Amino acid sequence: MLDALTLATGVAALLLAAWCGWAAHRDQPTKDWHFIGMGVVTLLAVVQLVVGFVALARGQKPEQGTTIFVAYLLGAFACVPAAGFMSLAERTRWGSVTVAAAGVVLAVLEVRLYDIWGG
Amino acid sequence: MTATEPKPARTRLIGGPGMVLLWLYGVMVVGAVSRSAYQIATDFGRAPLAYTLSAVAGVVYGFITYSLVRGGERARRAALVCCAAELAGVLVVGTWTLVEPSAFPDATVWSDYGMGYLFIPVLLPVSALYWLRRAHRQEQHAA
Repeated sequence: MLDALTLATGVAALLLAAWCGWAAHRDQPTKDWHFIGMGVVTLLAVVQLVVGFVALARGQKPEQGTTIFVAYLLGAFACVPAAGFMSLAERTRWGSVTVAAAGVVLAVLEVRLYDIWGG
Repeated sequence: MTATEPKPARTRLIGGPGMVLLWLYGVMVVGAVSRSAYQIATDFGRAPLAYTLSAVAGVVYGFITYSLVRGGERARRAALVCCAAELAGVLVVGTWTLVEPSAFPDATVWSDYGMGYLFIPVLLPVSALYWLRRAHRQEQHAA
């Protein structure tokens, strides 16, 4: 369950990065549709957060330690929304670049989460 | 935002590309500080040098992030100095880890020029130095 979610979130994050990268390439700020995209990715991260906590509550142990696992879950959750707010403050192509960078960072976090969980 | 105020008292350092820098520095602060805090708290004896260096890197990143948000000429200069120190740190530690791997039983943020962090630690200070110098020139033009 967690592995499938990790993969889905990682792929969605990369798609978001490509999409916002395209917007930046066309010299456009993030628009409503981009924010809906960020919402979808964030929703996946929230579901992942919940599923992760449920797995921990059931007594499952991440391979590389619970603290690191929780820290990465929280980081993955906060990543895209933080960049979203920053792109609201920066209504130029650079706001789009910020969100694209967030997508790449989230994808990396997902790879790390996969390792930490011990997939 | 401050840009719409009649008298902007300080140079805004997080406009345009500065916003991307702010984001990346924010990520590095969270990464370096949380990593070193965890490692120092749990298993400091294993690689004291590596963990201390990660903590120092985290503090430097934190200071640069704060300077970017604060803006103004003094913050810009302080950030410039810190970015230069950061670049020196990455180059020294990166070379050190390659030449003398035995000194580092565990990786730091700056190991192998920040390869574990997509080389962001070495690319970031270069782009930040460029940006901070440009911000200065733009201000001079405006004045």
